[in-house]
This record gives sequence, C-alpha cells and structure tokens, in this order.
Amino acid sequence: METPMALLSGLFFAASFYLLLSRALIPLLLGVALLGNGVNLLILTAGRLGRALPPIAPEGAMAPLAGSANPLPQALILTAIVIGFSLFAVLLVLAARGSAALRTDDTDQMRLAEPRGEARPDDAY
Amino acid sequence: MNTLIFRTVAPLLVSIMLVMSLFVLLRGHNEPGGGFIGGLIAAAGFALLGMAFGPKSARAMVRVPPIGIAATGLLVSALAGVAALPFGLPFLTGLWPKGLPISSPMVFDIGVYLVVVGSISAIAFALEEGANF
Amino acid sequence: MQTLLMAPLITYLVGAALTLVLPRGRLVVAVGLSALVSALAGLILANVLRFGPVAVTMGNWIPPFGITFAADAVSAGFLLVAALVATALLLALTLERPAQHPALAPLILMVMAGVSGAFFTADLFNLYVWFEVILIASFALFALGGAARDLDATLKYGVLNLIGTTIFLIALGLTYGSFGTLNMADLARAVPKAPLTLQLGVAALMILGFGTKAALFPVQAWLPASYHVPHPALSALFGALLTKVGVYALFRVMSLVFPGLLSPFAPLLTASVVLTLIVAPLGALSEPNLRRATGFLVIGGIGAAVSGLVIATPAGFTGGLLYGLQAMAVLASLYLLIGRVEARDDSPILRALVLLLLLSLAGVPPLPGFWPKLILIEAGLRVGGYGSVVAVALFINAALTLIAVARLYTANAWASPPTEQPRLGLVIPALAGALALSLGLIPAPLIALAEAGGRALSDPSAYSAAIGLFEAAP
Repeated sequence: METPMALLSGLFFAASFYLLLSRALIPLLLGVALLGNGVNLLILTAGRLGRALPPIAPEGAMAPLAGSANPLPQALILTAIVIGFSLFAVLLVLAARGSAALRTDDTDQMRLAEPRGEARPDDAY
Repeated sequence: MNTLIFRTVAPLLVSIMLVMSLFVLLRGHNEPGGGFIGGLIAAAGFALLGMAFGPKSARAMVRVPPIGIAATGLLVSALAGVAALPFGLPFLTGLWPKGLPISSPMVFDIGVYLVVVGSISAIAFALEEGANF
Repeated sequence: MQTLLMAPLITYLVGAALTLVLPRGRLVVAVGLSALVSALAGLILANVLRFGPVAVTMGNWIPPFGITFAADAVSAGFLLVAALVATALLLALTLERPAQHPALAPLILMVMAGVSGAFFTADLFNLYVWFEVILIASFALFALGGAARDLDATLKYGVLNLIGTTIFLIALGLTYGSFGTLNMADLARAVPKAPLTLQLGVAALMILGFGTKAALFPVQAWLPASYHVPHPALSALFGALLTKVGVYALFRVMSLVFPGLLSPFAPLLTASVVLTLIVAPLGALSEPNLRRATGFLVIGGIGAAVSGLVIATPAGFTGGLLYGLQAMAVLASLYLLIGRVEARDDSPILRALVLLLLLSLAGVPPLPGFWPKLILIEAGLRVGGYGSVVAVALFINAALTLIAVARLYTANAWASPPTEQPRLGLVIPALAGALALSLGLIPAPLIALAEAGGRALSDPSAYSAAIGLFEAAP
C-alpha cells in the first residue's frame, strides 16, 4: 500500500512545483495548497499504512489494542492541516487585496516594493 | 447569494450548526470529535451568516469581535496548561478532579474551540468583505 | 527550575491574548511583559551556566514521548538577547506619536512567543509549529500598513517562507518515517544507525528549509524584497530575530542530530556561505536606499554566522553564535535609527551612531562585529581546508561591506527621498545603538556566553542527558 501512496504524493509534489513556477498569483497559491496536501500524504505514508483499529484504548485498558493504527502521524497531519489551512486562508485574503491594489496578478509585474529602473547609487562620493 | 430562500433558511441552519458544534466539542472528551472540528463547524456557521446577510450584519449578529473570541480562547487554553504548575507537574499535564466529570484537557479543548471559532470566522469575514482583518 | 523553563513562552502567549482584549495601554503592557521575559531568560541562563542544561516534558510524559522543552547556554543566551531587543523596540514604539495600529502589540508578542518556543523546543515537529507561529504573526505585521507596497512585500515574504517551512515539513515526514521519532535527543541516538543515503537526504532537505528561513545564498531573495517596507521598528524586529531563528535551528539540528554529516555537507555549505558572504555586500553596493541596502547586509551577516557551522570546531561554533548574538543587537538598533534617518533627522549623534553601526557590520575593530569575525577567521585558518576557504571569504566580505558602507554613508544615506514614516523618537534608538556598540568595547561577557554555547554545541551529551530519554529494558 505504501508504494502507490508514495507515488501519489510524488504526483502531488510534481503538480505543485509546476504550479509554483507560474507567474500568475492564483495558480501559485493553488501550488502552495497542493504542496501542503502532498506533504500530509507523505507523513501519513511515513507512519506506515495498514488496515487497523482506531487507536482508542478500551475502557479499563492502559494501552490501545494490538493492531491499532499509529495515532502520531494523524496528530502531526492534523496540526499541519490546521497551520496550512490558516496560512493559506490568510494568503488568499492577501492575494485578493494585493492583486486588487496592485492591479495585476502577474508576480513579475509586482515591483512596488522594488521598483524597476531606480536611480543607480551615486558614484561621485 | 442572498436570495430570499437562503436568507430564510440560514438562521435555522446556523443555529443547528452551533448546537452541533457544541455537541462535537463535548463528544471529543471520550470519542472522536473535539475543539478543533467543533470550532470549524461553528465558524462555518458564522461564515454562512456572512454569506446570507453580508459580513457587516453578520458581525453585528455575532456581537463579540471574532479576534476577541480567539484571544479569550488562547487565554483559556494557556490557563488550562498553567493549572498543573501549582501541583508541581509540568505545563499541560492533565488534571482530573475526583468526583467531577470535568478535567483540564476539556478546558484546554474549549479554549481551542474558541480560538478556532474566532480566528476562522475573522478570516471568513475578511474574505467576504474583501478588505480589512 | 522546570516551571521556569516554560515561563517565557507562557508569558508571551498569555500576553498576546491579553493585549488583544485590552482597550488601551497595549504597548505599555507589552513592554512590561517583554522586560519580565528578559529577566526570566537571564535567570534561566544563569541557572544553565551554573548547573548545566535543563529540560521539561509537557504533560508529564516520558521522553521521547510528549513535547520536550530544553535550554542550554545557546538557547537561553539567544532568548535573552531576543527578549531585550523586543523590549527596546516595543519601548520605542510606545513613545512614538501618533499611536500605532492596535494589533501591533499582540502581534509582536505572538512573534516573540514563537521565537521563545523555537529557541527552547527539543522536538522537531514542535519547532515547525513555532516557525509557523512566527510566520503567521510576522505576515500580519508586514501587512499592517495596508498599502499596495506593503501587500507586495508581504506576498513575497509569505509565499517564499511558506515554501521554506513546507520543505522543512517534508523533511520531518521523512525523518519520522526513517528514524521513527522526532525528539532531537532520541534522533541523535537513532540517526547514526540508519543508512547514510537516508540521513543525507533528510538532512539536505532540512538544510534547505532552515537555509530559507535564515536567508542563505540561493534562497535569500525574500529578504531584500520585504524587509525595507514595514515600519522601521518592525524592520528591526524582523532583521534582528527572524533570520537568527533559522541560524539557531541550523546550528542546533546539525550539531545535535546530524553531527556526522557536517563533513559530507561541508562542500555544499561552504559554497553557500562563500556566495552569501560575497553576493550580499555586492547587492548592498548596488542599492541607493539605506534601509534596502541594510537588508543585503543582514544576509551577509547570516553568511558569517553560518560559516561557524562549516568550521565546526568549538571555536567555530563560538564565532558563529557570537556573530548571531551581537548582530541581533546591532541590526535592531540600526533599523530603529534608520527610521530616524528616513524621517530626515540630521543630528550629529544620529550620524555618528549610524556610521558606527554600519562599520560594525563590516567588522571594523573595536566594534561588536569585529570580535566574532576575528574568532571565525582564526578558527577557520586553524582548521584548514574548507575552514580556510571560509576565512578568506570572510576577509573579502569585510572589504566589500566596508566599500558598500562607505558609499552608502557618504553619498546616499540621507539622499533618498523622505518617506512618510511616523516619527520614532531619537532617545530609545540612540540608547539601543549605544548599548549595542558597547558590546564591542566590553566584549568579554558575550564572548564567554558564546564560548559556553560553542562547548555545548560541540558536545551535546549534556543537552541529551537533561532531556532524559526513556531507556528500554535490554
């Protein structure tokens, strides 16, 4: 089961890198979102897959039953999803406002902070 | 988006979602569920209000500023962790008072719920306004 | 003592929440809390220097389970300087008129919560979480201005840093899959037993992720694109702290988890460090604007700090740490003073302080930037090989930086058009600058701290022992 999952997360990475190379803002952000999902799949696969019981200890027991799923990758992924989701939401707000304020969604044209064709530093010092 | 049907159904839907979110929050104590997912459900409800009535009236309906909710949640969570310190236990150690059906992890989870409700609905309102946080 | 270890983080977290609901006086409360954390960090540092590293695992779990916080001379020293810097710039903001955006104080405290978490955590995944806390709070700080120029800078900063932390997260997934743990001390035990190719792959991704946060050469572009845009006090916060967290993570993880990989990675790190050291001052040379040029000089300093990792002897670590520690103080006060320069202040004291701080970045004796470069060059030449390559690059960096600084100061610093920046007072920035410069005249305490840190990094056994891993019965 690990091999197809590894291939799938590789596919996610490939697609996201392709999108990240885009100059337009929206594909770029989709690339960021896809990258996060690829990583989550990777973590899930890294925690070993298998048909398993939910990792909940029965009443009175000190440990979950043998054959339980590994809860740690799920905790890691949940954290990563939460963080990735909130960062993506903030980025989305910024991109919406930014492209409206800058009147472009082409990252090559976003040069307000580093304007093109500025005066060169004075040589006569 | 703000058709008559949507605006009529939305409050009903949102109230069900809020009750559901509390159910999921408390269920997380012993079974799948918890503060994060509960908070998401509640925040989705607030976002729905924003879609139906516009973010401005939705903010008025929520009454408290969303960021204030998040800050309160952060305080509650931090205090739930600090509660273990006077007993000489490390930060975030779970406390289970004898004879009471509550515990410090539950208080922590309620804090998480408030943080998620506050921050996600703040972002949702900002997206709906297309403007300030 | 174990309770004390959590106190800085809790103070900043609670402070961020508290200031968010306060109706007024937010900055004053933030200054008080930050001063409190400075005192706490000093207490922790004194304790650590006297009795060795301490650790506490949250939730009373047994390590390697649960999230462990640990402090040694390196983390406590970095936190102490960071908290002092934060106190100074919050104080400068408090005295500023007109008053600033209400979200300023909570967001700065949130950045500081992330910084203190990142310095103290001994769990790699937790480190990732603190990186993201810093990122999301600094993100909002960058965007506070709300003008198109701010949004432009924020987008570049945000997207590139988010990709950097995501690469670190990929490395974490592979770390967990390959070594079965994320506790740093446990990893130090597990990593040498794994196949070398696996170790190399994971470590390469981590270096790329941390390198992006630290702004090392091929992945530094986000820094000069964004640091000059926000309020000068925020430039000071970012310039002093953000990249140093990346440097700290590089030093901590490479020395504790992958000490055996420092020599296989030496060629790569050397190439990156040498190019950082040379390209950064060249960037500063081509810049007409003082604050933008300072962004490039920040990058040059990162090259100098990370060169300690290439040298990888106790003296090399000492030099790298010392560079990072003094650069926090120097850069924070420099950015604060640049705020005054941009507001068209032309007083002689300001000119003198700006000149001295810029010269300190070049490493002119007896300024604070001189001592770490001296230690690094001596250590590099002593080691030979890649160490001497780095030492030569440090010389070239000093010369190029000196040219860039001379040009900026004489011709361009006061020549760029005045910006509509709100006016910071002169008193706090000038005091901060004088204090930072005094580190050059009285370098002994900071050097002693860096030496303790260098020893701790080159022999991390005490740090691991403090974490106290559970030993399975044989």
